[in-house]
Amino acid sequence: MEVVDIHASCDHEFIAQVEAESEQKVRLCYQCGNCTAGCPYTFAYDIPVSQVMRLLQAGQKVRLLSCKSIWLCATCESCTTRCPNEIDVARIMDVLRHMARREGYATEKNVKTFWDTFLDSVEKHGRVFEMGLLATYVAKTGRFWTDMDLGPKILPKGKLSFKPHEIQGKDKVAEIFKRFRETQQ
Amino acid sequence: MTKYAYYPGCSGQGTSQEYDSSTRAVCRALGVNLVDIPDWSCCGSTPAHTVDHLLSSALAARNLALAEDMDAAAVITPCPSCLTNLKAAVHRMSDREFRLQVNKLLDKPVDRSTPVKSVLQVLAEDVGSDAVAEMLPNKPLAGLKLAPYYGCIMNRPPEVMQFDDHENPTAMDKLMAALGAEVLPFPLKVECCGASFGIPRKDIVAKLSGKLLEAAAGLGAHAVVTACPLCQMNLDLRQGQASAAMGRKFQLPVFYYTQLLGLALGIPQSELGLSKLCVNPRLALDAMYAAQAEKREREAKSEADKQTLKAKAA
Ligand code: SF4
Ligand code: SF4
Repeated sequence: MEVVDIHASCDHEFIAQVEAESEQKVRLCYQCGNCTAGCPYTFAYDIPVSQVMRLLQAGQKVRLLSCKSIWLCATCESCTTRCPNEIDVARIMDVLRHMARREGYATEKNVKTFWDTFLDSVEKHGRVFEMGLLATYVAKTGRFWTDMDLGPKILPKGKLSFKPHEIQGKDKVAEIFKRFRETQQ
Repeated sequence: MTKYAYYPGCSGQGTSQEYDSSTRAVCRALGVNLVDIPDWSCCGSTPAHTVDHLLSSALAARNLALAEDMDAAAVITPCPSCLTNLKAAVHRMSDREFRLQVNKLLDKPVDRSTPVKSVLQVLAEDVGSDAVAEMLPNKPLAGLKLAPYYGCIMNRPPEVMQFDDHENPTAMDKLMAALGAEVLPFPLKVECCGASFGIPRKDIVAKLSGKLLEAAAGLGAHAVVTACPLCQMNLDLRQGQASAAMGRKFQLPVFYYTQLLGLALGIPQSELGLSKLCVNPRLALDAMYAAQAEKREREAKSEADKQTLKAKAA
């Protein structure tokens, strides 16, 4: 079992930062485990969500920002809905993911690449261009064989357009991204 | 007629075209007036809120600002993922400080807060299942056994979504029952299907969607009925992958509730996009027509028996 020396490694500033960004009181968690019991992703997580909460109380910054769970949380809102202490746990997971990004962690690289590619598509066209998104994702990850079996199922349905749906205000959407980046500097 | 500002969402133009077209057709038939938000843009979906809440709210809010000029009763969308983003943006912008920050990113600031609802909420509350039942007294979907699947975020968290029950929603159940369908008590109504991990982690989607299909099949459902484009895609397009993950072969059509509503209302199948589903919907519809024929036969037989008895008595 991994033993954490909480006195030596507790990062109080990290706790305060998560609390501020998520507007949640981390100390309210009393480890009932309700969130983990309802979390459909526990089987894929390296740290179950209630333990994420515990490690957060103990200020274990690096351990948390480098875990896989924060990238795999689907924001299904089960934990938030069922927490007896009304902690918005899903929002905390989101905030940990934001911090991990900012500090350069990406433990589930393909998940991050997929999301980034999606947003690039929105920034460029104003709406997401599904076919372009797939092509770029494949090019970035080199995962050509991913979902090869689905091509014959979906292509004949004529649902995937080969051209992006450009909108008039696409520059305005690009501006949102640009101004957002400026706030981050 | 009450006017609604319609937000179709990006997938409505691609992978969930049939949801968009059936939604429009059903709303027209039920007198729900949809006007598209002019030049709407992507709400940012899941990727934006995993990056930052300010960015995500701003992407959603651009559309809320455009809708303000429309003088509509509400902004409505068929897609739960868009719904969540739009509603979360409104919710967060009730904080003045945050609203100012969002508005700084926008060309056209958000002034008022227009209510945001799902199309399902409008059909359930403004039209209502009773009115639907009255319109269709001969129960066109009788004999169809359905597992109703809402997906995880249509009703959760309840403080933000403010519609139906967060553990056991029933809006879609009631609409389907009004059409005569047999709505099964599906215990995984609000469980997650694997969400947007289909591309980067399809193993996760196969497993979670597999569990849902297994439970639906176990109840003896002819089909799953859903209100979410992502859920539909995971359960339908990826049904082969889910089958492989569970070590059994599923053959369960996955309808949008608007397709079934449209079918009952007599809207042409082409407009409902039934041919766009991957698992052939005929499987379920044939079972339904067979059940209806059997019922008619049973009734005819008991009527005939009654006549014979009457004749004998006389
Ligand atoms: S449900 Fe809430 S109180 Fe219980 S362990 Fe999870 S976060 Fe803590
Ligand atoms: S929101 Fe994330 S952590 Fe919470 S139950 Fe869902 S997947 Fe698990």
